[in-house]
Amino acid sequence: MAADAHAAAHDHGSGHGHAAAHHDPNIGTTGLDNRKVGMWIFLGSDCMFFGSLIGTYLSYKGKSLAGPTPVEVFDIPLTSYSAALLLASSLTMVLALAALQENRVKRAAWWLVATAAMGLHFVLNQVYEFTSFVLHHGLTLSTSLFGSSFFVLTGFHGAHVTGGVIWLTGLVILAMRGQLDARDYTKVEIAGLYWHFVDIVWIAIFTIIYLIP
Amino acid sequence: MATQAAFMPGQIAEAPTGLWSWITTVDHKRIGILYGTTAFIFFLMGGIEALIMRAQLARPDNTLVSAQTFNELFTMHGTTMVFLAIMPLSAAFFNFMTPLMIGARDVAYPRLNALSYWIFLFGGLFLNASFLFGSAPDGGWFGYANLTSKQFIPGQSIDFWMLGLQILGIASMLAGFNFIVTIINMRAPGMTLMRMPVFIWMTLVVQFLVVLAFPAITVALILLMFDRFFGTLFYLPAGGGDPLLWQHLFWIFGHPEVYILILPAMGIVSEVLPTFARKPLFGAAFVIYSGIMIGFFGFGVWSHHMFSVGMGPVADAAFSVTTMLIAVPTGVKILNWIATLWGGSIRFTTPMLMSLGFIAMFTMGGLSGVMHASPPVDLQQTDTYFVVAHFHYVLFGGSIFGLFSGIYYWWPKMFGRLLDERLGKIHFWIMMIGFNLTFFPQHYLGLIGMPRRIYTYAPDLGWNFWNMASTIGAFTIAVSMLVFIANVFVSRRSPPVGPDPWDGRTLEWTIPSPPPLYNFAVVPTVHGRDELWLQKHGDEEHGTGPVPRAPVPTREDLAAIHLPPPSYWPILLAGALLIMLSGLMISTAQIVVGGLLVLYCMIKFMMEYHRPPEHGGAH
Repeated sequence: MAADAHAAAHDHGSGHGHAAAHHDPNIGTTGLDNRKVGMWIFLGSDCMFFGSLIGTYLSYKGKSLAGPTPVEVFDIPLTSYSAALLLASSLTMVLALAALQENRVKRAAWWLVATAAMGLHFVLNQVYEFTSFVLHHGLTLSTSLFGSSFFVLTGFHGAHVTGGVIWLTGLVILAMRGQLDARDYTKVEIAGLYWHFVDIVWIAIFTIIYLIP
Repeated sequence: MATQAAFMPGQIAEAPTGLWSWITTVDHKRIGILYGTTAFIFFLMGGIEALIMRAQLARPDNTLVSAQTFNELFTMHGTTMVFLAIMPLSAAFFNFMTPLMIGARDVAYPRLNALSYWIFLFGGLFLNASFLFGSAPDGGWFGYANLTSKQFIPGQSIDFWMLGLQILGIASMLAGFNFIVTIINMRAPGMTLMRMPVFIWMTLVVQFLVVLAFPAITVALILLMFDRFFGTLFYLPAGGGDPLLWQHLFWIFGHPEVYILILPAMGIVSEVLPTFARKPLFGAAFVIYSGIMIGFFGFGVWSHHMFSVGMGPVADAAFSVTTMLIAVPTGVKILNWIATLWGGSIRFTTPMLMSLGFIAMFTMGGLSGVMHASPPVDLQQTDTYFVVAHFHYVLFGGSIFGLFSGIYYWWPKMFGRLLDERLGKIHFWIMMIGFNLTFFPQHYLGLIGMPRRIYTYAPDLGWNFWNMASTIGAFTIAVSMLVFIANVFVSRRSPPVGPDPWDGRTLEWTIPSPPPLYNFAVVPTVHGRDELWLQKHGDEEHGTGPVPRAPVPTREDLAAIHLPPPSYWPILLAGALLIMLSGLMISTAQIVVGGLLVLYCMIKFMMEYHRPPEHGGAH
């Protein structure tokens, strides 16, 4: 059973080779999958997106005219927990891909569920954090430059995580309907590229916005 | 019905017809024609806006339009020409020519390509719908903060502008991802990067600029959107915000955008000159590297648009130096083009005339541009008509001449018939004279102090004569466009042409005009940059004989071709996106409904071909 699965995975693995270029319409001149190249280009573009938002935050750092300061509102233990969740979810994402490449669909689906669940937990933490900023500290979008730039930057990151959770959920549904196996590993791989990217962006945001006073 | 037909080997040569086939098309050639047609209509609209402005400025103290209307006209003229005319006219060539020149049957993501077009179309219509609501954008195409804040422009005009640009940006970026992957990953065997035609290289550089520069304006517009709709303080000095943030974000996008507008024309000229000089492009590798250098430097010069805001001597000096540097690779290209002509056997066809016009006019625009690299000179000229003259020499004398060169050059490939040469030459000369009559006097007007964006002027300032001359020139340009439109209709009666009417050099001329649905019956093997020339004459420099042509296709070859079937999800997804984003101006309910529609259409779009169709036969 396991040996069969390995054989299937091996056959699929050779799909990178030159001979397969005639069969899989997604494999192009460079031997890479079109969808994967496209995702890398998108992530490069998204770097500029977050770069612009982080740049905006930094250029307004300490220039607020009113309202609470970052040090007063940040709950570092909670945010550290969120960061840990996202980091751990990158691991489960890798495990999901590895399981799918071995054609262990059920196992892959569970790792995807775990990844999506941690992502969802991260988003819920952020909802809690935003709510407590508004209710307990009186920090809103229009309180100060800090409020404006903080909520917009981290909010767009949260939106990226939410998009990723929806994407992962879609993959889980496909797996449950029997429409996802080792042949489709690229679909999980590009979702993984996106997920790791969102994770890395959070490491940057966590360090630059939360940890550096 | 049509969904299945495209996979049927027997029907593969037959292009489907009818409106539905255009709405659901994923064929890069049809999408190219859609882009070109739409962009040309927007180009005429932008031109009419310019004519009204010139009519207003023909005489001092004129009252043809009000100050408010004039603000709307120059805002919409700039926005239209940049985002709805020049960029999509270039996109028409990217779409039609890229697969043909790299030996591919379509782009990497054909449905995404259709999606880009529909989002672009809806974005353009949305932006222009503002005229119907009587609130056309009036804050300039650059939309400087904090003029665009609710405090100064409370109506919906800025909302139309920023949401319209946001929608158009999505279309451009999606196309950017598509063409980068297409060029990197869809080349025919043997087409190494350095064997790619220079037009393809410039396309690649442009797409990298698009995907890296548009996020900056996306963020700038998001911040503006939050300021206007959700009460943030990004651009509001009263809350500590700095309007300069807008200028930085806008020009970090805006200067690469300048190269997004000019590099496609440079690519076209680099194809046209070798064909009509019967010589390979002089130092083609240099031209390619210069294009890449321009792309890199393009991100390091943005603040030369901001010398007058007082950034301090260090920033001024740094951006002054980078701006002078970026003139070097541009100058390299101009020298290479001229050297290509040297000793060639030149045919003065219409595309060649347009390309020569490009070189002359763009050089003048480049020279008046590099003057602004010096902050003291820039301070003298900023906000005067000198700047208007400069960038029209680059964008009209450069981009538009280059794009018309491409239109005349590739028209027979696109439609199987030549445009009339006699009318083409009349078009060229009227446009050349009209263009210089319009814009050359504006240098002088600027130097004697006429500011930009004023809707009228007093009669005793000495500006009367040259303003009238400029207006006459503008209407002369309009006449040349009528000649071109007449030419399009006349060309429908000209005889059909073969695959290679110009004695061309690159792959697109090896296949019939217009190309069949599948472009290449047999995917070609490429031996050099000028593949067709090598097939016809061999390498004359090294004395090697002609390289083999692609074999005659067999029935099996044709049967093995499969093309992506049509899809209606691109237009539906684009429509859902428009509903969602325009909801920001109407109601939260519409945003939510639109958002759910977007999600639904995206899932349908993605799941339409969850797995690639199997080989051989209908699927």
